[in-house]
Amino acid sequence: MAKRLDIKDLNVYYGDFHAVDSVTMSVEPRSVTALIGPSGCGKSTVLRTLNRMHEVIPGARVKGHVLLDGADIYAPDISPVSVRRTIGMVFQRPNPFPTMSIRDNVVAGLRLQGEKNKSKLNDIAEQSLRGANLWTEVKDRLDKPGGGLSGGQQQRLCIARSIAVEPDVLLMDEPCSALDPISTLAIEDLITELKEKYTIVIVTHNMQQAARVSDQTAFFNLAGVGKPGRMVEIDHTEKIFSNPTQKATEDYISGRFG
Amino acid sequence: MSSPRPEVTEPSAPRIGAGPKAAAPDQKPGNSPAPEPGPDSSAAPVFKHGSVVGDRIFRGISTAAGLSVVAVIVLIAVFLLVRAIPSLQANTVNFFFSSEFNTTDADNLAFGIRDLLIVTVLSSAFALLLAVPVAVGIAIFLTQYAPRRLAHWFGNLVDLLAAVPSIVFGLWGIFILAPWLEPLAKALNSSLGWFPLFATGNVSLNGGGTIFTAGIVLAVMILPIITAITREVYKQTPGGHIEAAQALGATKWEVVKMTVLPFGRSGTIAAAMLGLGRALGETVAVLIILRASAQAASFTLFDGGYTFASKIASAAAEFSAPLPTGAYIAAGFVLFALTFIVNALARSVVGKKVNG
Repeated sequence: MAKRLDIKDLNVYYGDFHAVDSVTMSVEPRSVTALIGPSGCGKSTVLRTLNRMHEVIPGARVKGHVLLDGADIYAPDISPVSVRRTIGMVFQRPNPFPTMSIRDNVVAGLRLQGEKNKSKLNDIAEQSLRGANLWTEVKDRLDKPGGGLSGGQQQRLCIARSIAVEPDVLLMDEPCSALDPISTLAIEDLITELKEKYTIVIVTHNMQQAARVSDQTAFFNLAGVGKPGRMVEIDHTEKIFSNPTQKATEDYISGRFG
Repeated sequence: MSSPRPEVTEPSAPRIGAGPKAAAPDQKPGNSPAPEPGPDSSAAPVFKHGSVVGDRIFRGISTAAGLSVVAVIVLIAVFLLVRAIPSLQANTVNFFFSSEFNTTDADNLAFGIRDLLIVTVLSSAFALLLAVPVAVGIAIFLTQYAPRRLAHWFGNLVDLLAAVPSIVFGLWGIFILAPWLEPLAKALNSSLGWFPLFATGNVSLNGGGTIFTAGIVLAVMILPIITAITREVYKQTPGGHIEAAQALGATKWEVVKMTVLPFGRSGTIAAAMLGLGRALGETVAVLIILRASAQAASFTLFDGGYTFASKIASAAAEFSAPLPTGAYIAAGFVLFALTFIVNALARSVVGKKVNG
């Protein structure tokens, strides 16, 4: 639970295309790290390599190391399935399983891990929904399909589903970009609460969001057209937004580019 | 969607969280001018008039097209009933429960559909039982496992099966498949003969002119349509659902079980029902394969006999006098009703799954 991530000299390729160049960064346990940058700079790609979700695209591969409390998730004897069971992910569009009830959605990951004890599943479902600030809204309709909820509720349901398996790290890929401002605020509050228990890495296009929720911020940029994306700098969030060392970062956060 | 937000929230200080809240009321006045164009539209009556006429014409055409389908179905039913009723009145045995089908003496008609119904339903259900799991397996393989290139060629190959004429399937069934299946049929009959479906039937197992053979040939014949539809449905599984399962650490099979199969459930049922409809109506292949029998059907896969369609086709030469012909038309009407009921059932099942 809440482990640290060390990314060392990570390069990502799609076939022959070099997508991201040499990323090195560390993520402390119980902290929020935001990845920001213009579209196509590789921040989502980097996020997906952290639980090996990029491997679902044929030809995608990485060079380098991602260490979860010192254990390389790319070690030859580690399967991507086992990595994804300990590093959870929340996506841009809320994606609850439409045929499952709200409760079944939350415990879907536990069922995959072989948990069959009904009362234990119910307890964890309640605990996770409370953790995702959704319990009071859905406690009377746990057996209804998750698709009937609003977009913001669906996204919190997806977060509940991710935290039900008590992941070591929680990855969020623009979790608010499909939501209205009030739902966004609810998710941001939730992220701040989840930080007490989980290690969180979040990709966002919204710089105010990065400023509000994160402890450290990494700025990604493209070196040029056709060149790989790269991490320009990473630092404490206050530092990045007040006094970045790189000119490109300052231009981006002040809105002069991107 | 996300790009304008930073601009709206820019003025408020970060970390306070008032940004999005302040933005919400701001957006409402922005949206309110929307109703204004309402009164404006009455200012252009000419334009409105033209579009309404076009709309009426189009609606008329499409309504007529829709009604014509209903009309065709009703007319077929009426035609069948009108021609069948005199023969049914002249029938000397029970139409539903008699195994007899004797129309050579027009003054003494004796025809019942018991055996036709049993053979038709049994052979089609057996074919469906064999074809659906294989078709679903092929569709899952093509959409989830096979490399794209292979999936393309393999998919075309399965579609090609649909282009083989049914007479060829019939010949293949009786001359190649039947002798090949003979040892299997005999083994099933001798070891599992206590189970009604594998009991000794009314024809010899030598030569293989049984429902067992016919059902397997029918399964191969309906495989392409079931595969094609399920494949298209499974292909539509939203990427977000698949990613959700993958991100929870689901293996490939678990992804299929959690997302593809539930998503494609109603499509699979619809595909199976279409296949069943084809199997129920298949004529030539069944006619060639099934061996006629003097004894009544006994609800085993090792019976011979006729299905509705093959019985009607086998007697096509006799259709001269109206009364004997009416007997076959009555049988045809039952087949018509049967496929109609199967389709209606499938629709209700599919509808429920979609709504629930």
